[in-house]
Amino acid sequence: MMAKAEKPLFGGSDWNFEIIQRIYDTVERVAASELALDTYPNQLEVITAEQMLDAYSSTGMPLLYKHWSFGKQFLINEMMYRKGMSGLAYELVINSNPCINYIMEENSATMQTLVIAHAAFGHNHFFKNNYLFKQWTDADGILDYLEFAKGYIGSCEERYGQAEVERVLDAAHALMHQGVHRYPRAQARDLKAEAQRKAERHAHQEQIYNDLWRTLPRGKARTPTAADDRRQRLNLPQENILYFLEKSAPRLEPWQREILRITRLIAQYFYPQTQTKVMNEGAATYCHYRIMTALHEQGHITEGAFLEFLQSHTSVVNQPMFDSGRFSGFNPYWLGFNIMQDVALICTNPTEEDRQWFPEIAGGGDVEGTLKHIWANYRDESFITQFLSPRLIRSWKMFKLSDRKGNANLRVDAIHDERGYREIRRSLARQYDISWQEPDIQIVDVDMAGDRKLILEHHVINGALLDEADADRVLRHLADLWGYEVCLREMDEGVGSAVKEHKAKPGPAPPRLASA
Amino acid sequence: MYIIDRRLNPGGKSLVNRQRFLRRAKSLVQRAVRDSLKDRSIKDLEQETEISIQREGIHEPRLHRSATGGNRDYILPGNKKYVEGDELPRPSGGGDGTGGFNGDGDDEFRFALTREEFLDLFLDDLELPELAKKRLTTGEAQGLRQAGYMTSGSPAALSIGRTMRNSLSRRIALKRPGSADMKRIEEEIQRLEAVDGDHDDEIARLREEWGQLDRRRKLISYIDPIDLRYRRFEPTPKPIAQAVMFCLMDVSGSMTEHMKDLAKRFYALLHLFLTRCYRHVDVVFIRHTDHAEEVDENTFFYSRETGGTLVSSALEKMLAVVSDRYSPEDWNIYVAQASDGDNMASDNPKAIALMKDRILPIAQYVAYLEVGREEDPMTDGPTLRASDLWQAYDSLTDFKGRFVMRKIHHRREIYPVFRELFQRRGAGERKQAS
Repeated sequence: MMAKAEKPLFGGSDWNFEIIQRIYDTVERVAASELALDTYPNQLEVITAEQMLDAYSSTGMPLLYKHWSFGKQFLINEMMYRKGMSGLAYELVINSNPCINYIMEENSATMQTLVIAHAAFGHNHFFKNNYLFKQWTDADGILDYLEFAKGYIGSCEERYGQAEVERVLDAAHALMHQGVHRYPRAQARDLKAEAQRKAERHAHQEQIYNDLWRTLPRGKARTPTAADDRRQRLNLPQENILYFLEKSAPRLEPWQREILRITRLIAQYFYPQTQTKVMNEGAATYCHYRIMTALHEQGHITEGAFLEFLQSHTSVVNQPMFDSGRFSGFNPYWLGFNIMQDVALICTNPTEEDRQWFPEIAGGGDVEGTLKHIWANYRDESFITQFLSPRLIRSWKMFKLSDRKGNANLRVDAIHDERGYREIRRSLARQYDISWQEPDIQIVDVDMAGDRKLILEHHVINGALLDEADADRVLRHLADLWGYEVCLREMDEGVGSAVKEHKAKPGPAPPRLASA
Repeated sequence: MYIIDRRLNPGGKSLVNRQRFLRRAKSLVQRAVRDSLKDRSIKDLEQETEISIQREGIHEPRLHRSATGGNRDYILPGNKKYVEGDELPRPSGGGDGTGGFNGDGDDEFRFALTREEFLDLFLDDLELPELAKKRLTTGEAQGLRQAGYMTSGSPAALSIGRTMRNSLSRRIALKRPGSADMKRIEEEIQRLEAVDGDHDDEIARLREEWGQLDRRRKLISYIDPIDLRYRRFEPTPKPIAQAVMFCLMDVSGSMTEHMKDLAKRFYALLHLFLTRCYRHVDVVFIRHTDHAEEVDENTFFYSRETGGTLVSSALEKMLAVVSDRYSPEDWNIYVAQASDGDNMASDNPKAIALMKDRILPIAQYVAYLEVGREEDPMTDGPTLRASDLWQAYDSLTDFKGRFVMRKIHHRREIYPVFRELFQRRGAGERKQAS
């Protein structure tokens, strides 16, 4: 334990840059000694409420190209804020290197301490270490890329007209969720590794050699059809629709392809965030809680400041129950923070039940090491599957409701008892599994010899079809980009046949300036 | 770690996006803005406004599963009484409580417009009739405008700030000793005189230095005539940018509250429009029965009078006010008259004459608004009988363009009528041509 600080970092609620610097240095020291966090260098930027609203509407990015939908977002946020329906966040943090933290000027000194502990250390550590962020985002390059994107789209507007660019952006935005690679592409292997693999495979074949296999009757090898060949050439099936259009759409201009690429890369940048909401917020909340407690114990902040922190912390991790009227899904801060607290408890002071459920970590004692391992190697879905303990399910009295087609009533499938734990845990994790939440839509074929019709399939899970009105609109956008007719079939699992079909033709080409 | 203060960065980063959004949703927003007139009090027409438009037109579609249908599972916290196998009825609307994961039910989109944005949309493509503009350019008065500085002028036009600035830079450039310098030497002398010992040489040297500085101070004056700067004024032609709006209304017993309300809305629109075109707009309220008087706004709209109807009395009163306070040389004059069309038959010729010979020549624009009952406007049978005043005014067709008349029965007609009156000329012609 550190020696008591001689005097607190700050007295009242006022702050100035000197105090911020002092707070940051102290928090950094405590973060290093308590949690040994590994972070990008930080950059704190003090902003006003209005600037926070600006930042909100451009999806938190410090700079972004211009589009009306951001204006719409701004108006919504402004309205909510002015009516007092929603407060503004105390901070906003950008996954970049250096890590940019926006802190609001309205925050009191205590809140600034909290914000620094939460964002500049909690989120920052998570961004730098989580495998999804490492795999999909490039923290060093993102700001430069956004700068390029903004400039490029701006110059396109000058050359080809705002309306023309807006048309492409509208279409690209509609398909943004279908514009991410979900699986990392296989790395090209070098010759040496390839030779080694071949030798290994050969050795394995020798090992399992059995002459009996030779005697098995063999079916006729399937000769690849022209369709197979075509699909392979076009890299089909393909679930990244924007990628496919960028590479293969026949009627796009080079600049239109580049715009598709820009939206696709930005969507990809946000892909890890949607999958790690609970963990990211949980990690940051856990960090700020540990750091603030340590600051208080060491006398760096006063009793009053600590109470102010507790009040704010409690409201952040508040979870209304399902029948309270305020329930709108699980609060990620609450879920993540509680599971992480529970993991710490399992590590240091396990019950018999914990030992049964979590044999690999129970009683291990190394809280920080375990948590850092979790932060680095899990996403929401795997995190909940692995670490939601029966104790938490009991204490929150979770239950599972199932809504089956054809049944008039909802049925309680599982409650917080021995038979229900696993079912509840699995179902909750599934709510955070992006492959369950996002519809699985793929481009399967193109009729290249005929009318160039683009064919997509939606693999229906649990009988939930696409929202028809929206699907039709998106398809119109898709048809505009593709340039020819588009058809989306909804294939039900098991049945193997289409249950529904959406079609769209490209709209009339907008009048070009040259022809007007 | 760096701390950067971004608070001083120019704001309004989202302004462009906001404008783009408004442009995209223009037709929707415009309809909403005009509809908003129906249910809002005229007084706050100019306030910052909240409007709501259908989400439909500005919807951003994406591929997602529909909110209903199929098999679904929900995990919820806070079970109090259920055990496995219990059944509970499906909540109606699929919204609150159990299934509230897709709370996207709101199909109205509300947001606030600034006053400028609101007025732009509200009065978009309207303009004052042509002749008013001619008047604006020709009717000019002389005004003075400050234009730079000069080295000579009257004492009243002395620019102290400029003069002192010149003085200061001259004094610095010529190294004029300040009073602080003098004082320092004096103190030094006093100190030396106070202490014992032989400091006569030192004191003499200081005195000499003091004498030099003092002479220098006298030579280099504090304010020199070359420092002086005077404000220079230039006569400039000043367009008449002021207007007066006369609201004339018949308040006799036959005018119902509904009719007055219609008139009031029209006046409000006209006022709003004039304030956008002129820097300064005066409003004069004249009510009349068989005699006319000038009143304040509240009395004008809300108090009742009884008596007959003499339109000419109001016109006379108006002319009196004009000659008294609003010289047609300096003021653009707009007249809006509202009535239910009743007038004493014997008064009609007089009213026409006044209008034709004295009011129309000096006014930019005269609008006569005949307000009717809200219920069936055809109460007089299939052949609508024109009112006395309407028939009388109908002869003023020579002044088309400067004199207009319209009938209004319902609130919803006001805005269309108003737009019709002030429609941008070019737009109208183009429509005819096509």
